[in-house]
Amino acid sequence: MDFKGSDTIPGPRSEDHLPHTTTAAAKIVIVGGFGVGKTTMVGSVSEIRPLTTEETMTQAGIGVDDNYGSESKTATTVAMDFGRIRISDQVVLYLFGTPGQERFWFLWNGLFEGALGAVVLVDTRRLEVSFEVMGRLEERGVPFVVAVNTFPDGPRYPVEDLRAALDLQPEVPIVECDVRRRASSRDVLMTLMRFLHALALSRSRT
Amino acid sequence: MTPPQRQRRQPVPEPPEGPPQEDGKDVERLYVISGADGERAPLDLVTLIVARAEPPSSATPEQTAVLRMCRAPLSVAEISAYLSLPFSVMTVLLTEMLAADLVQARAPIVRQKIPDRSLLEAVMHGLQRL
Repeated sequence: MDFKGSDTIPGPRSEDHLPHTTTAAAKIVIVGGFGVGKTTMVGSVSEIRPLTTEETMTQAGIGVDDNYGSESKTATTVAMDFGRIRISDQVVLYLFGTPGQERFWFLWNGLFEGALGAVVLVDTRRLEVSFEVMGRLEERGVPFVVAVNTFPDGPRYPVEDLRAALDLQPEVPIVECDVRRRASSRDVLMTLMRFLHALALSRSRT
Repeated sequence: MTPPQRQRRQPVPEPPEGPPQEDGKDVERLYVISGADGERAPLDLVTLIVARAEPPSSATPEQTAVLRMCRAPLSVAEISAYLSLPFSVMTVLLTEMLAADLVQARAPIVRQKIPDRSLLEAVMHGLQRL
C-alpha cells in the first residue's frame, strides 16, 4: 500500500467526523437474498455515503484440473455495505447489509452475536430465498422483523398469509416498505426498535 | 395464489464455531494471523478507535493513515473501508497499535438477554430526527 503517491489522505470527510464524546456504537444487520434491496436500504437511511468492508477467503478447488499439479485455491472477496446514523452525542448506530450467502457470515467476528437485532428483507416474487436466513437468525437467537420490499410486479399477499407462510411467531412484526425512500426505511428500523423494546419489557417481567 | 411455506427453527444453544463445510470444500480465511502472543484483540466491526498520539516518525504508512483518520472516533469497519483493507487484516494492524498505545478502543454495545430499554429509547429518538 502506498499513500505517498496520492494527494488525498484516506478517511471521512470533515462533516462525517463523529464527536469526541461518542462512547459506543451499536449495530443492526439487514439480511435477505441477493438483489432484494439491502444496499438500497442502507444507502437510504445512512447519514454517510455507504461504505464497503471486505473480507477475503480461499476455497480449495476440488475436482478442478490444475495445470501445475498443485492444489488449487481460488480467493473470493466478500463485500458488505454499511451505513451509519448518529443517535446522540454518545451513541452511534451502524447498519450492515450482509451478504446473502450465510456461509460467509463467519468471516466477520461477532456480526450477528453482538447485533441488537436484524431486518429480514423479503421480495414476494422470491420469498423462499429468505427462508435460510430466517432460520439462521432463529438458531442464533437474533430478534428480527420482516420487511416486505414492495416491487410493482410482485404478488401481494395478505399479512396473515405471509405470517403463516413464513411460520413467524405472532409477535414478530411484518411491515411493507419501499427501501428507496428514507422515511420508509426509517419506519422499518423504528418497527425493529419497538419490537426489541417490547421484548425487553416482557423479558424483564419474567 | 399461495406463497411457499417455511418452517420455524429453534434457538441452538451453542452456535457452531468456525467455518462451515459446504459440499466437502474447505472454506477458510485467506489471512490467518496471530500476534506475538498468538492473541488477537477482540475487535468488533463497530469497536470505535481513537488516536492517542500524533503519528511517530517510526510509524508505517498504514499506521499514519489510521492515526490521522482516528483523530475523531471511527469504527473498525470504517477504517477498513477507507483503507481498502480486509477486516481481518485491519484487526491485526489495530491490535499492534493498541499494544503500542497509539490508539484507544471503545467497546461496542452488544445485545443483552434483556435489551437495554434506555438505549432502545435513545435509538428511537435518534431515528425520529432522520
